Amino acid sequence: MSVAKSLPHDTGPLHVAGTARYVDDIPTPKGSLHLAFGLSPIAKGKISAMDLSAVKAADGVETVITADDLPFANDVSPSIHDEPLLSDGTVHYIGQPVFLVVATSHLAARKAARLGKIDYAEEAPILTVEEALAADSRFEDGPRIYAKGDAEAAIAGAAHIVEDTFEIGGQEHFYLESQAALAVPNEGADMLVHSSTQHPTEIQHKVADALGVPMHAVRVETRRMGGGFGGKESQGNALAVACAIAARATGKACKMRYDRDDDMTITGKRHGFRISYKAGFDENGHIQGVSFLHYALCGWAQDLSLPVADRAMLHADNSYLLPNARIESHRLKTNIQSATAYRGFGGPQGIVGIERVMDHASHVMGLDPIELRRRNYYEPAHEVADPPVAQKPLGHPDPHDDLTSRGAVEMGDAPVRPVPAGGNTTPYGMEVSDCELHGMTTALLKSSDYAARKQAVDAWNAENSVIKKGIGFSPVKFGISFTLTHLNQAGALVHVYQDGSVHLNHGGTEMGQGLFQKVAQVAASRFGIPLELVKITATDTAKVPNTSATAASSGSDLNGMAVKAACDTIRDRMADYLAERHQADPTIVTFADGQVSVGEESYSFAEAAALAYQGRISLSATGFYKTPKVEWDRIKGHGRPFFYFAYGAAITEVAVDTLTGENRILRTDILHDAGASLNPALDIGQVEGAYVQGAGWLTTEELVWDGKGSLRTHAPSTYKIPACSDRPDIFNVALWDGENREDTIYRSKAVGEPPFNLGISAWLALSNAVAACGTSYPALNAPATAEEVWRGIQRVKGDT
Amino acid sequence: MNITFLLNGETVELEDIDPTATLLDWLREDRGLTGTKEGCNEGDCGACTVMVSDEDGAKAVNSCIMFLPQLHGKAVRTVEGASGPDGDAHPVQKTMVDLHGSQCGFCTPGFVMSMVASHTNGATDHDTQLAGNLCRCTGYAPIIRAAEAAEAHPVPVWVKDKPVSIQSTPARLPGSSDELAKIYSENPDATLVAGATDVGLWVTKQLRDLDPVIFLNRCEDLKEITINDEEIRFGAMVDMNRMGDALADLHPSYAEMVRRYASVQVRNAATVGGNIANGSPIGDNPPALIALGATLHLRKGDARRSILLEEFFIDYGKQDRAPGEFVEAVSFPRQADRLKCYKLSKRFDQDISAVCGCFNITVTNGTVEQVRVAFGGMAGTPKRATAVEAALTGQPWTRETINAALPAFAEDYAPMTDMRASATYRLETAKAMLVRYYNEDQGKLSNVLEVSA
Repeated sequence: MSVAKSLPHDTGPLHVAGTARYVDDIPTPKGSLHLAFGLSPIAKGKISAMDLSAVKAADGVETVITADDLPFANDVSPSIHDEPLLSDGTVHYIGQPVFLVVATSHLAARKAARLGKIDYAEEAPILTVEEALAADSRFEDGPRIYAKGDAEAAIAGAAHIVEDTFEIGGQEHFYLESQAALAVPNEGADMLVHSSTQHPTEIQHKVADALGVPMHAVRVETRRMGGGFGGKESQGNALAVACAIAARATGKACKMRYDRDDDMTITGKRHGFRISYKAGFDENGHIQGVSFLHYALCGWAQDLSLPVADRAMLHADNSYLLPNARIESHRLKTNIQSATAYRGFGGPQGIVGIERVMDHASHVMGLDPIELRRRNYYEPAHEVADPPVAQKPLGHPDPHDDLTSRGAVEMGDAPVRPVPAGGNTTPYGMEVSDCELHGMTTALLKSSDYAARKQAVDAWNAENSVIKKGIGFSPVKFGISFTLTHLNQAGALVHVYQDGSVHLNHGGTEMGQGLFQKVAQVAASRFGIPLELVKITATDTAKVPNTSATAASSGSDLNGMAVKAACDTIRDRMADYLAERHQADPTIVTFADGQVSVGEESYSFAEAAALAYQGRISLSATGFYKTPKVEWDRIKGHGRPFFYFAYGAAITEVAVDTLTGENRILRTDILHDAGASLNPALDIGQVEGAYVQGAGWLTTEELVWDGKGSLRTHAPSTYKIPACSDRPDIFNVALWDGENREDTIYRSKAVGEPPFNLGISAWLALSNAVAACGTSYPALNAPATAEEVWRGIQRVKGDT
Repeated sequence: MNITFLLNGETVELEDIDPTATLLDWLREDRGLTGTKEGCNEGDCGACTVMVSDEDGAKAVNSCIMFLPQLHGKAVRTVEGASGPDGDAHPVQKTMVDLHGSQCGFCTPGFVMSMVASHTNGATDHDTQLAGNLCRCTGYAPIIRAAEAAEAHPVPVWVKDKPVSIQSTPARLPGSSDELAKIYSENPDATLVAGATDVGLWVTKQLRDLDPVIFLNRCEDLKEITINDEEIRFGAMVDMNRMGDALADLHPSYAEMVRRYASVQVRNAATVGGNIANGSPIGDNPPALIALGATLHLRKGDARRSILLEEFFIDYGKQDRAPGEFVEAVSFPRQADRLKCYKLSKRFDQDISAVCGCFNITVTNGTVEQVRVAFGGMAGTPKRATAVEAALTGQPWTRETINAALPAFAEDYAPMTDMRASATYRLETAKAMLVRYYNEDQGKLSNVLEVSA
């Protein structure tokens, strides 16, 4: 069996040779053109005059396109059609595309794009939480509220109450390959689009609408991305549509890739949040009730902000059983980049909220932070009967809506329905029956030698006045499934050729996570053949239609199952045919070790394929999968949005220079739950990378906008993702030896997003180190840059 | 301009090149070698790393901010040339695959080339060697495992490039300071390109037309390092890696600051002269050199003059340099090492300083005898802390003296708030650096980089 093996990434050999092709590496037809956007220099206002003559006259410029030149949809929004490709006369942020330059080279297009002379009637931008609330500038008509029991009463009656407000910064994806697309006009009205996207179907849909053609006229192909992290779920729409529009206008292939500064200036990032909390605990540290106020900074367009903010609410409990909870979420519309999907999709912000509560409470109560957390975990895994899944009534959807997008508008008519207090349920009423954290925490404390190291940290801090150490622990429980239930489906297309080689295609996209390898391992296992016989091919909307984004950690869960279904269809046909030839029962036919055996007779897989071909057996099949058991009403705040939860826990030790706040991670120990891993090496790679990315979000990665709404950190010179030496000195990552209690592909669990949250342990470790400088609670904001850590030190010393 | 260089072992002769065409664009767009990637186009991410070999050996450099004329006479090796002519993978390519060092793969060619260069040079300080390569997927751990696993393998013969012999050299590539002095006098409006680590961005980000340009990288006499009993002198074209090596024993704190100055790739190109001449208030060399009492040596035509380095920086964006005049060298007196350089930035490696404080304090018999303190990031220019110096000079070397001197920082500096730091933080950490200097002098553990779990 190929599954459960630690095989390297399928294109590793091509990566290291420089021969793995990304969009910008695809050889283009002679005469191909290159695009660049002219960008708005102001954050809010109306265009009063536009003179593009210098742009048109610039060297190499073929044509310049404005909103007036778009005959069909001027829209690249993945949700409510509020995001024009090119400004419709109003501008909403610094960096908004206003016009499109089509030129003979990338450089010529970039140079010309700076020559536009545009007058604006400037208005005061809305940039802060206060300004947005004052102007009632928001998405949706009011806050969403999820509630369980009576939080206010429970807090009021609690022995210990903690209360505070803090900020959580956003995060730039910093995928190494900036956004890119290439459109090649085909005969008639057809268009082929190569896009660096996590969501080829969304690209197909937006391009079709922009060209005024049916979806069948647009084919989108994605071989790989140079990183995505959510940033290529909707943010590639603009480039692909621009290329298609320009290709249609010029009849030539058109390519667009953002220069890094443009990419960071134009595209959305992780949502920044402000969170206010109030929580009550009893004498033993059991939480009685908690109330959260989430303010999500969504930027100028809705994009995927509603489901992102929903998921923050859905993770406001993290791993803790909250007997009473109230979560109120405001989605604020501001004049900056439109915040979008980013690994965790709001979940991390929600989790940081409750981890801040736990950190604060343990400080106030003088309880060991790990002990406090363990006392509040959900009950250990146990068997429960699945409740029946409610069927939603059928309506009349608009086929031109973004149905395959997570931004698809799903409105209910009923108000929030509070979940009864108590029970082992989430604040949205889902029974938690698979909690692995009790055993995992015990195992991690032992493997990390926590008790002794905690003592050593205390001893160090007693002896050292300048350099303080801190140790932090954070668990994660992360919900797996798209919360927009209908997206939990996937398709696959598998061909077996007469020589026994297998051509594999599915709806998922490869962004580095190793999805293709995992899915190929599934296919090889189903046919009992060596992995080399399985060819992984580019994601292609012409092969598998109506795909969901490769997002929500769902790639292998969904596509693995769809591929399994397709393989099994072919396998069953081959088995039926061979059994019939041997007058045997099909159930005795086996596929293993490259052989197909019928009783005593054995064929190589190639021989079996050739036989089946001669027997006129179809060796091609589609496969389909839909996740069972899920149903969710985001307006009521009630249901089972997740098929299951993935778990993990991390312990991080840091050192802090108390004079300057400079700090670094000394050691990290992680135990993560990937179920029965399809490929332990790839899964550990996801965990290591996610941790460092999560720690980066909460430490050095600071987005800074100035008072005019201009992003000042728009390049790696000013926006600092972790570098090599920022990874923990000692970095121990292990997978929990378990299997998914739900029936997923080979009982594995999704691994893309959950471990991102383990980086929170680094932020908590910094809090712990800062706390050693005085008596008050450090109350760190995120990111805890050196400066923020320094401010925290001043706070605990009582200097501010 | 016509130039000649070796590309993956083959001689390339180019005619009439655009002098500010970057190596990266030429590789990808003209040569069709798309293995080398553009990640940021400003020398920060390392996805475009290639190896350039010359008489000094093999060096990793960022091809996105390297202009083609800088390659004249050299040998370039890209990721396509990392494997052998028979297709044999380089040891780092093998270990990167086997140990899961690539995920999305986009940064990988740059990592591979940095690793090929460090493997060729036998360097095993991987965190430093790879500080200029950003990876967003792996968390770096498997890449470091791959680099370590490759250490034991011999250097493949095919990566040992020799510089190519050249017939002639364009006038814009002067071979000595005399030639430079002449051509620059004749073209005082020309842009001088030393390592192009700053000027490169004028082209790739500001999209400026720089012509005429004069390239200094062939001025061998400007690369001289002189160390004698009286002084230490660096020619303007000494690159930062050589400078760091030269300082390692003389002023180790300065050398450690240089280790954190940009990245290996940038330091292989960046020069001390360029770092001074561009007049940036956040260049890291000037405060260190000012604290060492450095003198700047300028030349225009045959006329030379020397000034105190701090006098060179007149105001933000304004230096004491006449048209046609160039930085020839910087020198400072040989002295007992009392220098400490403190570079404060959001990230330890490869980040621009928010504050760079350099302290050179001589204590004799418990009394502060001589003080030179200079900062970057605290004013529109690199600037001496004269009030702080005055508050310390002649005082007993005690914590009380330090405390008494701290208010003087506000007399010397009124720093600004920007995306790197707030004004308050800058001022308070500048003070903290003086405390740190004192603490370190008392043997107190003060460096967070020296702590382990």
